Amino acid sequence: MIFLILLWLSLLVAFGVLATLLVTILMDGWGKLSLQLFTNYPSATPETAGARPAILGSAWVIATTAVLTLPLGIAAAIHLEEFADKKRWFNRLIELNVQNLAAVPAIIYGLLALGFLSLLQVQNKNIVIGGALALSLLILPVIIISTREGLRSVPNEIRDGSLALGATKWQTVWRQVLPASVPSIATGSILALSRALGEAAPLLVLGALVYITFDPNGLMSGYTTLPIQIFNWTGRPQEGFHELAAATSVLLLGVLLLMNALAIFIRNKYQKRW
Amino acid sequence: MTAVITKAGGSRITPSGPRPGTQFAGRRRPGEALIRLVLRLAAVLTIVTTVGILIALLIPSLSFFAEVPVLDFLFGTRWAPRFADASFGVIPLVSATLWTTVIALLVAVPFGLGAAIMLAEYAKPRTRKILKPMLEILAGVPTVVYGFFALQFVQGTVLREWLQLPTGAFSVLAAGLVMGVMIIPTIASISEDAMSAVPGALRQGSAALGANRMQTTLRVVFPAALSGIVAAVVLGVSRAVGETMIVAIAAGSQARIVTNPLEQGQTMTGFIANAALGDSRVGSLEYNTLFAVGLLLFLITLLMNFISIRFVRRFREAY
Repeated sequence: MIFLILLWLSLLVAFGVLATLLVTILMDGWGKLSLQLFTNYPSATPETAGARPAILGSAWVIATTAVLTLPLGIAAAIHLEEFADKKRWFNRLIELNVQNLAAVPAIIYGLLALGFLSLLQVQNKNIVIGGALALSLLILPVIIISTREGLRSVPNEIRDGSLALGATKWQTVWRQVLPASVPSIATGSILALSRALGEAAPLLVLGALVYITFDPNGLMSGYTTLPIQIFNWTGRPQEGFHELAAATSVLLLGVLLLMNALAIFIRNKYQKRW
Repeated sequence: MTAVITKAGGSRITPSGPRPGTQFAGRRRPGEALIRLVLRLAAVLTIVTTVGILIALLIPSLSFFAEVPVLDFLFGTRWAPRFADASFGVIPLVSATLWTTVIALLVAVPFGLGAAIMLAEYAKPRTRKILKPMLEILAGVPTVVYGFFALQFVQGTVLREWLQLPTGAFSVLAAGLVMGVMIIPTIASISEDAMSAVPGALRQGSAALGANRMQTTLRVVFPAALSGIVAAVVLGVSRAVGETMIVAIAAGSQARIVTNPLEQGQTMTGFIANAALGDSRVGSLEYNTLFAVGLLLFLITLLMNFISIRFVRRFREAY
């Protein structure tokens, strides 16, 4: 009986903290949660400051990240799951490596991108493509792992049936296996992108903590993102900026919850049980 | 049909079977070979990434260690890279990292395991279907928001106002506590997988011998899933060591050896985040210092990951 109470307690702690976090941030940020947050540029006074460049910057960086990483991650997953000979040491090395990459701290990917850009002699490292590069590498293993799980859940009878009708291996994968696993690939990809959207550490290393008073407008444009903007406002002494940080957190959490809800919706609605 | 056979075999097929040397592989498809090559390249890119990380960290680190002896770095007790009499002893950073990690694990291990047992052994499928996504939300909260929460609410309101603890604006305690909550889902989800993988026959056997549910859980399921649980904890350590934003916001930025959790302290990740803010010139000692600390961090987490993967493999092969 006591054991059961302890178990409930441990779940309760997790949910209790989550609830406290949501409530305190909502309370702190409620006053600043206005249209101004979306339309105004950052400013030295909390009364007039907004997060417009950060919102646009987040959109630019995440869109670029998606374009860079989705084809690559899905292709790598198809290779590992459908074509690679799992007994060969090289393919096992790749698998072990992907598992390992998934647990490398985010900030290391920032250092990697920083080193890479320095190697290319890029002077200004705070550019959209640089941030997207770091985030792409960060979520690549996540996408590979979730795509592989999706592919694995397609039963072998589908493949055998297709091959028996004379389709080639690639035709089987492209016309049968991939369409069947689209829902789980979409779910995994949305979750991975939502992780990238909330990530600040690698961008911090690349110098995204800057005072941006223009709309980012391209791959080489300077930018800041929502998490970085929150970090910036958190570090200021004035109470007004903390309210802004809380309001922006509410905004970010809202977007992330929407993405998570979408992923869960797709998973429940379209995923087939074979 | 005959036309196809003729084409494939080159001559008519006799009833006794195909001619020796007949090609069954079908015609060559350069397009498919190309696709396979592209797919393989994408997979190889993951290896390139790892090699890239190592090179990116090693080159600046090597020029760092050309100026600062490795032993001075690893065992020095004063971290002051920006002072005139600069000193590069990493122990203060390691001490803060150790504190936040230990505090985080003290929170995450018991509560994470409790949640895992609840989900794997006690919850009805329906309850589980609701609780698990809710736990996943906890994992989806951005770390910068956790950091804000740790600084404003846990440190400012709970520790200072409610508990009246003698602590400043920052502490490794607040950062560690919130980090622990962040890691709960990681530990819960992996240990839940491990416990769910324990065959039902073991539970039935235990029940048949007269054990109640708690005894079965603690003495049969838990030991059987132990390697998976250890893997979860080790992964939790790796997450705690590598976490950046919570400590950058709430733990403070003074690099001293931390002896008391109410003090502030700078972790390895906290240093990288803070130092990156000051725009250091490429190739300068300050720039290289970032990568030396990054390399140490990478090696520690790499070691943890290998241990964790080892244990996961063991529990998968157990039955």
